Amino acid sequence: MIDKFVRSMAEAMAGIPDGATVMMPGFGEVGAPNALLEGLIEQGATDLTLVINSAGRMRVPGKPPNAVARLIDQGRVRKVITSFVRANSVAGDWVRDGRLQAEVIPQGTLAERIRAAGAGIPAFFTPTGAGTLIAEGKEVREYQGRPCILEEALPGDVALIEAWMADRWGNLTYRETGQNFNPIMAMAAKLTIVQTHNAVDLGMLPANAIHTPGIYVNRVLHLPVGDPVLPR
Amino acid sequence: MNETRQGFGPLTRTGMAARAAQDVPEGWYVNLGIGIPTLIADYIPPEREVVVHSENGILGMGPAPPPHQQNPWLVNASTQRVSLRPGGAFVHHADSFAMVRGGHIDLCVLGGFQVAENGDLANWAHSPTETGRQIGGAMDLAVGAKRVWVVMEHTTKDGAARLLRRCSYPLTAAGCVSRVYTNLAVLEVTPKGFVVLDMVPGLDFADLQARTGAELHRA
Repeated sequence: MIDKFVRSMAEAMAGIPDGATVMMPGFGEVGAPNALLEGLIEQGATDLTLVINSAGRMRVPGKPPNAVARLIDQGRVRKVITSFVRANSVAGDWVRDGRLQAEVIPQGTLAERIRAAGAGIPAFFTPTGAGTLIAEGKEVREYQGRPCILEEALPGDVALIEAWMADRWGNLTYRETGQNFNPIMAMAAKLTIVQTHNAVDLGMLPANAIHTPGIYVNRVLHLPVGDPVLPR
Repeated sequence: MNETRQGFGPLTRTGMAARAAQDVPEGWYVNLGIGIPTLIADYIPPEREVVVHSENGILGMGPAPPPHQQNPWLVNASTQRVSLRPGGAFVHHADSFAMVRGGHIDLCVLGGFQVAENGDLANWAHSPTETGRQIGGAMDLAVGAKRVWVVMEHTTKDGAARLLRRCSYPLTAAGCVSRVYTNLAVLEVTPKGFVVLDMVPGLDFADLQARTGAELHRA
């Protein structure tokens, strides 16, 4: 019997090695696997490369930094691949000090590089970013009369995923804007670990509604953590 | 204050948004960037069906709901709580950006630091070396949307021109902007440069030219 449910956070985090590339979805805390991220902080892996849309919120006096910022502040992140680094943030400080590498790229290119990795496409040309700083060092070809730059697929070693519902095969559904990077990161990583609000019996998810089929999923932890909490 | 004494009133942020909203026709699929562009949605009359795209995976975004109808799972690209219009859809990030990069969005309205007379846009960094790099979806939108409008103040707080012969800040995309809505004027980007379509009442062409870093042309 296939059963991808694990019973503990330790089991969920087992085997994530130092030096891993970890993919973390989420947009404004919606669809962000914050419980698994706390688990990763506890687990101890270091020298990580994070693939994440935003490398952390602006500093807000009186508010604790979020989990991503704490992981960076513990010196456990070597590099972020992201579309946003704010100057006034923990990541911004670490980048300024030269202690954190940041590859800041267009958000659609980030998404498409991840999707391409999951779909077995090693590289693609896109007009996004042509003629800008992010094109430096990249091969340029003209397609349909426009300069396009070569972008490579972005695979992960590990993806941390937040689902709304899951079954024991690892079929997943998401809520509203909670999809964001979850479905594509689940496809792009060798080890895909899910936290789900709801665990349901096999056959209970309507087949037409499954966003991420279980083929992309390795481990599922049932954690009914409640609604996302927005920073403001 | 000075400007009022000179006999013309620059538009406010909402005034700029309302002015741009006048020009968005029914049936367009539009993406509205962070800042002033986001406000445009408030000035499109509800009976004019315009489908708003939000890069985090919404097509058919509606306004902020009343507090008792807020859904913490439904946020826009500025992470503000929003609603979904009847007919709206949720998609994941690669599909959301396929709509953008695949040329399916009729109009994208972005904020800007600088726009050049050749349509170049700079809106993500003030220098090549600064730590804060906030590209987000701007490069994808600037290249992928069928047309790009920019809404921004005509000059910086210090009075420096933002409409220039060439951008001095790092580019978001080359040659992408077709129209600019400022607090003083509406300008079309054409092969001969900026053409003035509209100015706030009381402002004359020479006043506008004095605040602009590129040659202006009359419509």
